[in-house]
Amino acid sequence: MMEIVPILLFLILGPVLGGLLAGIDRKLSARMQGRKGPPLLQPFYDLFKLFSKQVVVVNHVQDFLVGGFLIFIIFTGCLFFSGGDLLLVFFALTLAGIFFMMSACSANSPYSSMGAQRELLQMMAYEPMVLLVGIGFYMSTGSFAVSDIIKSGISNILYLPGFFIGFVFILAIKLRKSPFDLSTSHHAHQEMVKGLTTEISGNILALVELSHWYENIFLLGVVGLFIINSTWWSAVIAVVVCMAVYFLEIFADMVFPRVKWEFMLKSTWLVTLGAGVLNMIILSAIH
Amino acid sequence: MTYISKSPWLLHYDGSSCNGCDIEVLACLTPVYDVERFGIFNTGNPKHADIFLITGGINEQNAPVVKQIYKQMPHPKVVVAVGICACDGGIFKECYNILGGVDTVLPVDIFVPGCAARPEAIIDGVVKAIALLQEKRNTAKKDMASAKKSASEKRIADKKEAKK
Repeated sequence: MMEIVPILLFLILGPVLGGLLAGIDRKLSARMQGRKGPPLLQPFYDLFKLFSKQVVVVNHVQDFLVGGFLIFIIFTGCLFFSGGDLLLVFFALTLAGIFFMMSACSANSPYSSMGAQRELLQMMAYEPMVLLVGIGFYMSTGSFAVSDIIKSGISNILYLPGFFIGFVFILAIKLRKSPFDLSTSHHAHQEMVKGLTTEISGNILALVELSHWYENIFLLGVVGLFIINSTWWSAVIAVVVCMAVYFLEIFADMVFPRVKWEFMLKSTWLVTLGAGVLNMIILSAIH
Repeated sequence: MTYISKSPWLLHYDGSSCNGCDIEVLACLTPVYDVERFGIFNTGNPKHADIFLITGGINEQNAPVVKQIYKQMPHPKVVVAVGICACDGGIFKECYNILGGVDTVLPVDIFVPGCAARPEAIIDGVVKAIALLQEKRNTAKKDMASAKKSASEKRIADKKEAKK
């Protein structure tokens, strides 16, 4: 029964916080470029506008797959915030990603298909690190359940600094930020028209945006999981660390140009090996 | 619903021109003018756009391109012709390949004169386009409501007919 409260909180507060986060993102990005930037609530205006536009259906499969993306992202978040199994959470996240990638594949547009191919490459780049994070938490706490991990005596980041660095690195891909925003980007500088979302418009695009907001909140939840422990004040530190990590991602977004896929794959796997795997070896040597 | 006027997304196409207006449009996005203050966003995708901003005249080759982009934009949409070339062909008007301004192929809603059109004038034109966008949205909504009403009335009448 106690699990229903965090699920409800995530369902209601997820899009609100996610939208605000997107608003802060756009405002901060603008300030870093010396511009004034849009109002804080701009992402909500965009979302409501998209719902009021004419509905252009490319094919019904695409709409169905985008719906699947939204549902599985929500499922992922609910499972995570109700203290579920971390491995199941990450598999659900991958499934949601596959749904989104397939929705772009289903359209005939070459831009959309190229976006889908790049999305697959991105998944190849970040997936090993995401799985390692699950294993890392198991090695340090002896459980995959989020409800057990948050009860640990000290913050897990002390055991898993390498995993944390690796996860923050691949977070740039998941948040669709430069230098790794290959498949689609929120910025004006576009390649391949709009990549993944080229053929998605109106209310379906609004659903994609909504899914991204849910996803971002979930991803920051994983960042927070590194910090949180059995004490109450660790939650405060977790929120501060989440904000700091998000700021770092925006900063990297503004500083770095978009890279080629070869560099993305090489660098992410190198960081995964150098930070994640090394941390895992040291941890297994200690235990 | 006033959200469409708070989040107009632009699509920018440069036709047959000297690229002067083209550069002025991009100048609107720079820190000096920063149109993103008004929620205006420069998108590269016609399917995401609300306002179609065209600089430069129309020639034999880009006429089908412009028409196709216009067709791909979902309603409500507004066309803004920026600069004298987009308005009526400008200095290229007498060229053998030029058809004329954008209004030779598309229904243009707003004309922004100038050679090149200044960023202030372009922003002015876009603000007018936003108001028109809102108006189009409202009339479309009214039309839809009246169409729904007449359809439901017809259905009721048909049912009565069937009962008889």
